[in-house]
Amino acid sequence: MIAAQDTRTRDNALTLVSVGLFCVFLWWVPNNLDGYKLRIINLIAINAILGLSLNLIYGMTGMFSLGHAGFMAIGAYVSALLVLTPEQKVQMWILEPIAPWLANIHTPFIASLLAAGVIAAFFGWLISLPILRLGGDYLGIATLGFSEIIRILITNFTPITNGSLGLKGIPSHTTLWMSYGCLAIFLLCMVRLMRSNFGNVLRAVRDDEIAARTMGIDTFKMRVLAFTLGCFGGGVGGALMGNLITTIDPKMFMITQTYSLLMIVVVGGLGSITGSIVGSILVTTMLEWLRIVENPVTIGTFEIPGIPGMRMVIFSLLLIAVIIFRREGIMGMREFSWSWLLGLGRKRGGAAK
Amino acid sequence: MTLNMFVQHFINALGLGSLYGLIAIGYTMVYGILRLINFAHGDIFMLGAYFVFFSTVMYKMPWAVGVGIAILGATLCGLLVDRVAYRPLRSAPRISALISAIGVSFFIENLAVVVFTGMPRPVVQPPMLMKAFSVGGVRLVPLGLMVPAISFVLVSGLLWVVYKTKPGLAMRSISHDIETTRLMGVSVDRIIALTFAIGSALAAVAGIMWALRYPRVEPFMGIIPGFKAFIAAVFGGIGSIPGAMLGGLALGFVEIMSVAFFPKLSGYKDAFAFVLLIVILLAKPTGLMGEKLEDKI
Repeated sequence: MIAAQDTRTRDNALTLVSVGLFCVFLWWVPNNLDGYKLRIINLIAINAILGLSLNLIYGMTGMFSLGHAGFMAIGAYVSALLVLTPEQKVQMWILEPIAPWLANIHTPFIASLLAAGVIAAFFGWLISLPILRLGGDYLGIATLGFSEIIRILITNFTPITNGSLGLKGIPSHTTLWMSYGCLAIFLLCMVRLMRSNFGNVLRAVRDDEIAARTMGIDTFKMRVLAFTLGCFGGGVGGALMGNLITTIDPKMFMITQTYSLLMIVVVGGLGSITGSIVGSILVTTMLEWLRIVENPVTIGTFEIPGIPGMRMVIFSLLLIAVIIFRREGIMGMREFSWSWLLGLGRKRGGAAK
Repeated sequence: MTLNMFVQHFINALGLGSLYGLIAIGYTMVYGILRLINFAHGDIFMLGAYFVFFSTVMYKMPWAVGVGIAILGATLCGLLVDRVAYRPLRSAPRISALISAIGVSFFIENLAVVVFTGMPRPVVQPPMLMKAFSVGGVRLVPLGLMVPAISFVLVSGLLWVVYKTKPGLAMRSISHDIETTRLMGVSVDRIIALTFAIGSALAAVAGIMWALRYPRVEPFMGIIPGFKAFIAAVFGGIGSIPGAMLGGLALGFVEIMSVAFFPKLSGYKDAFAFVLLIVILLAKPTGLMGEKLEDKI
């Protein structure tokens, strides 16, 4: 039996070593992998941020939100409008001239990320005040409605958003260090948050709202707080996404986008931080890997033609299969810990790492 | 706006509204019984439109046969969805069934892209439905009058089934208390399947008429009408069949009339329904004709 103090020292050491190893990996990747793989690795971090923020809303606090794509859209547009140079903006607005106050704003990337998060959170807060009084699936439909309204507003507010043409030529600011840096900050905040009393309160609100209220918790305030924080994450994630892909338009933020995030959270395990990370890795790589079925495959002399669209068919079948056969996802509500990993290794003779 | 134009908009709104109403009935019946938003319902509507397109436009069958095939095909799909994706989750938390519903809807849409290709296809309207005639200066086509008339007949028939027959009694009983109904010897799963069948058949009829009205079909055509119809069901009071029809008509009128009177708003047309939803949820969550659902502690 190891004493608690020793365990903590061991865990800290292991954490430090693995963070160090991961930094080496991030330093190694850009010089050794092609742009496509780099992009997938980047996407994993962004999806993990988005998954974590949706998990905070849905998994931890039990608010079924289908509006994440809308907050991503807000974040992506805010950040893109801030990092585009005034010259680019003048060229891009063809249908209608850009609003004068917006034309000359130009900020560094980090500032635009923060602004994206804050403005998305502000909208989230504004929206949450009326609709968080609803519960269950009504909340899902109402948030979905809001995300659709945001998309329609973006399509129609041409002087600010360039309408359905979208924004092009956004500088590709999202480097690996940027996306994983944001993920690390997010992860740290989430872990601290969920271990704090606030985390307990959120879980109480999720598991039994009436009991939580009886204990003197202002459940409505807590739900608004968690929702707003989650929207902040959605905004930052959307901003990173926009700066990675360099082109955004309103069609990118349809309900399908929310479905992929939902898949990440459900596959990983509702209410598990580790789960969202695992889910993001699995879903992101699988979505890319499934592109195989859309490309022609040659076996010997036979050529099997690829089927366009098949990727999403398989993806949706997997979502149904997970929810029917393994409702709790991969991690359930469990979290990662070194003791668990080492215990696993010991049980299986040290080879199962 | 002249009176003639107003009458034309009025009939237009009546048609669109009754289509929303027909789709909304499927949502409201399933929600009333299972407390499940059947996200796949809008896609069943899309399948109905596609089936009629393939049988009449591609394979040149007569319209009567094509309509029969579309209704039958969509009904079978609706039954299949219930059997495969919802029945295994009857005892699971409601939110799991909801995610499953989202998955199924996503699946049907993408399968449609694979099988039917993502390209929108034009539907050939039968000339006899489009022959314009005028009554007192108002220009009309038979299709414009046929849609509300067929919807009215179908809804009356449905009300008779729900309120005057044994299976209808079982449906209403399940929506009150599923366990007690089971104890009374009612085959609950079969009645639920019947509910899905009726809802899907009505969605197919709506899909066929939709394909005739806006003469084209595409794989994602069910999403927005589906959401709007659900909103209509909430507006009318979820669980209530006349409510769903009323909600659908109300939504049809809001959409057509607001664009008719304020043409500048046409870009925001799709947002009206969602604004209406949020207003109704905040002001009167039970809708116009809904019963109060109480949280059980």
